[in-house]
Amino acid sequence: MPAGTDIAKSLKEAVDRDMAFMHICGTHEAAIARAGLRSLLPEHLKIVMGPGCPVCITPQGEIDAALELAGRGCIVATYGDLLRVPGTKGSLESCGGDVRVVQGIHKAVGIAQKTDSDVVFISVGFETTAPTVAAMMLTKPPENFSILSCHRIVPPAMKWLLEQGEAKLNGFMLPGHVCTVMGFAEYEQFPVPQVVAGFEPDDILLGLLMLVKQVKEGTHRVENAYPRAVSREGNVKAKRIMYEVFEPSDVEWRGFPVIRGSGLRLKEEFSQYDAWKKYGIMYKHVAKHPACICDKVLRGIAQPSDCKMFAKACTPRTPVGPCMVSHEGACKIWHMYNVRKT
Amino acid sequence: MCVAVPAEVLEIKEGNIGVVDYGDLKQEVRLDLVDVKVGEFVLVHVGFAIQRLSREEGLETREIFRQVYAAMEE
Repeated sequence: MPAGTDIAKSLKEAVDRDMAFMHICGTHEAAIARAGLRSLLPEHLKIVMGPGCPVCITPQGEIDAALELAGRGCIVATYGDLLRVPGTKGSLESCGGDVRVVQGIHKAVGIAQKTDSDVVFISVGFETTAPTVAAMMLTKPPENFSILSCHRIVPPAMKWLLEQGEAKLNGFMLPGHVCTVMGFAEYEQFPVPQVVAGFEPDDILLGLLMLVKQVKEGTHRVENAYPRAVSREGNVKAKRIMYEVFEPSDVEWRGFPVIRGSGLRLKEEFSQYDAWKKYGIMYKHVAKHPACICDKVLRGIAQPSDCKMFAKACTPRTPVGPCMVSHEGACKIWHMYNVRKT
Repeated sequence: MCVAVPAEVLEIKEGNIGVVDYGDLKQEVRLDLVDVKVGEFVLVHVGFAIQRLSREEGLETREIFRQVYAAMEE
């Protein structure tokens, strides 16, 4: 990766103390692992993955709710990433129900238009997918269609991490595509160095260098290293549509307690499309597998290779925890690129 | 799920649907979240255009994707 060597060299020169930054994006983790970026970083500089994989942070209680819908005979439409995530009793892939993988919610609505059966879209994801779901809600889908909203938004989780302090972070690399939609103005409330970064190895190294510089200057601000897609205000139309349809709710994340205002539920006027209400499904907290450390990985205080089950009892074919399932999960990514201890 | 790919808008149909060109692949996507014209570039995510890109940005990002895919095939 010759293009990145200049930035990597500048980074080595700039880092003069222990520094740790968190990114909150599965695509960032995939880019870091694929390019072997951690091996280029100075010894005192650490980049850890936070709760940036939407499938991984979806708690088991929501997977169980999706399985319950499949068990009741609904056609369950989902992104492929969710198929193998273990619930209490099997996964969507193994449950024997009518589960269909779709590119996005519009395809799930298309299924509902062609059947009399009930169709439920498992609506996971951050601020990149939520506006797409909101847009379809505004097109008045048929009566046999509903969504199981499992959305999460990033800033409340960052606030929790900062208040909690266990991960000892010097700053954040902000998720490029979430910021493409939302902009970065709302991150200016956090008094820590932050840089919006793109997804090329050079983008990420540049983002890290900008973070290191802020730490050394003793300042904090939000800088934009991904201006080709991100602006301060983001996609105003998409944000407006998202908040026309959804309102914030207090929800649990996998590995985290209930975080105030960190979820999105359908507003009252869209309740006919709310599968939680339509089918009277109650969310139940499920205790995690005792040996799985996905919770610690998601909070940035452990690495996949710290787990006793990593690449042994837990593999992409036989995942125990969600981080081994999704293409954006840290454990799956580390397994794929054969990353061991760093 | 979070991959977003740049594409050129070739045609705009009724009902917020557009035909876009990723370079080697043409596909219908939803345009509900953006105001675009034919010839402009958009970033496509889960079948929806989520942001407008300038033409240079679109072409540049597409070239980056092409290089990444070429590298993956090696």
